[in-house]
Amino acid sequence: MTAATEADRYQAGVMPYARMGYWEPDYIPKDTDILTLFRITPQEGVDPIEAAAAVAGESSTATWTVVWTDRLTACEVYRAKAYRVDPVPNSDGQYFAYIAYDLDLFEEGSIANLTASIIGNVFGFKAIKALRLEDMRFPVAYLKTFQGPATGIVVERERLDKFGRPLLGATVKPKLGLSGKNYGRVVYEALKGGLDFTKDDENINSQPFMRWRDRYLYAMEAVNRASAATGEVKGHYLNVTAATMEDMYERAEFARDLGSVIVMVDLVIGYTAIQSMAKWARKNDVILHLHRAGNSTYSRQKNHGMNFRVICKWMRMAGVDHIHAGTVVGKLEGDPLMIKGFYDTLRESQTAISLENGLFFDQHWASLRKVMPVASGGIHAGQMHQLLHYLGEDVVLQFGGGTIGHPQGIQAGATANRVALEVMVKARNEGRDFLAEGPEILEQAAKWCSPLRAALETWKDVTFNYESTDTADFVPTATPA
Amino acid sequence: MKVTQGTFSFLPDLTDEEIRKQVGYCLSNGWPVNVEFTDDPHPRNSYWEMWDFPMFDLTDAAAVMFEIDACREAHPNHYIKVNGYDVTRGRETVSLSFIVNRPKSEPGFRLIRQEAGGRSLNYTVQSYATDKPEGERYMD
Repeated sequence: MTAATEADRYQAGVMPYARMGYWEPDYIPKDTDILTLFRITPQEGVDPIEAAAAVAGESSTATWTVVWTDRLTACEVYRAKAYRVDPVPNSDGQYFAYIAYDLDLFEEGSIANLTASIIGNVFGFKAIKALRLEDMRFPVAYLKTFQGPATGIVVERERLDKFGRPLLGATVKPKLGLSGKNYGRVVYEALKGGLDFTKDDENINSQPFMRWRDRYLYAMEAVNRASAATGEVKGHYLNVTAATMEDMYERAEFARDLGSVIVMVDLVIGYTAIQSMAKWARKNDVILHLHRAGNSTYSRQKNHGMNFRVICKWMRMAGVDHIHAGTVVGKLEGDPLMIKGFYDTLRESQTAISLENGLFFDQHWASLRKVMPVASGGIHAGQMHQLLHYLGEDVVLQFGGGTIGHPQGIQAGATANRVALEVMVKARNEGRDFLAEGPEILEQAAKWCSPLRAALETWKDVTFNYESTDTADFVPTATPA
Repeated sequence: MKVTQGTFSFLPDLTDEEIRKQVGYCLSNGWPVNVEFTDDPHPRNSYWEMWDFPMFDLTDAAAVMFEIDACREAHPNHYIKVNGYDVTRGRETVSLSFIVNRPKSEPGFRLIRQEAGGRSLNYTVQSYATDKPEGERYMD
């Protein structure tokens, strides 16, 4: 479809978006443009290019009809431009649409403003059956308007004095119902046994069975006791998620005053609240953990919503230090190729296009600090070789059930995880093929470490072998030997 | 108690051969190695004494082992750790850190609680050993 001429472009009435200037196949994206990739499923009979142009239009300047007031602006600049539409491999009726947005469409340093455009109105658009935001590319100039992670991987490790190995954590279970005193007991046992962190779960805030101040006081007693017992810096992610910003600040300040090195929030508090907490965390030398509560409502299904890698990008810009980003081997959704894309997005200084990992653009991170991914959900000591292989070193491995459910108790569970971790890192550094030899390396250590032996015995057959729903559209072709 | 700072403190003490392999891992990554010692193992003691400079431009683990041995000989009852340092842009921090020597007896830490407003407590962690002046700790 060709663009309308100047004379007929502003005739009152309805005109296809592609003709209104939202489709520019010859457009060469500028380094300063924000780029998006959408997966579009047009309604029957809707031309994919028109659908792409409509998405570009509705996520930038357009409305459903021609308006003469466009002529009061440099509207060619402000129009988003769909510039490339490709069929999705092996998926009938789906198209990848690349769209470029001029930088001036967005307020500096505001995820809320960014998302109001990019995912604001357009997902409910009738002409498309389904729409998914797959990836975004942010220009350096724009990234420089964001604070980024309050602490970042490097500074977090220096504050914790923990280097060269993944960090270990556990979420306190049961996640609801414990009194403050009993809750702190779990924290103390897990930290003394060898974990670096324990964690509130996403839905523990201030309920009748345990009000927040009580939890904070007992948890910090446990943290400090464990620190004195081991000589290590320890932490407990105190969830400060609450109904209002004022409540969250009050809780965060109390956590800080008690000496907590870290607080946490849930993704459901919203982008603006997260940015506010990131600024607070930077100002107060507190690490900010983010639990991705709610994300699967829109990130899991392949045809509609948004890919989690986009959440990773936004959260790095918004300024969190930790984010749950998948385990590969645990109980929650996670295809290894996709997870690699998430982890690279969080941890690298720049990432290149990698279609098999779902990265559709080159992305330079403009020295924004790095986010520590958190692997949590159905993992245990017996998988340590796989976890180290797939997830690398800069990650928090969280064994909730895999610590608290240990037959010899919580301290033993924590010790089993720490020993399994250290023995695997040691083997890796010695140049051993730790992925292949992993089970044997763990068995050897279990000979002198009875908690590890019990852990391996208890969870030896546990796997969560289900197909992932969010998988790569591009699978690398094997090179013939 | 056992101070469990460092990457391998939950494992049995590393043998010299095992230490050499970890040093070799650092060197093969291009990470200069340094040796540090202290008799103040407080978890937030960021500045252990440096055993000379970081060993830049070294490729042979044996030379590092020589320095580790010399430090152990001079400070047999101190904590001694070996650090690998990654100078890569965007890292520029310690990349591996593990203890290679510790006092025969580790008395651990006292937790001091100062009662504050409400039910709050101000916590202080204090090493029993640091009741004595630097250099006179861990003598027996």
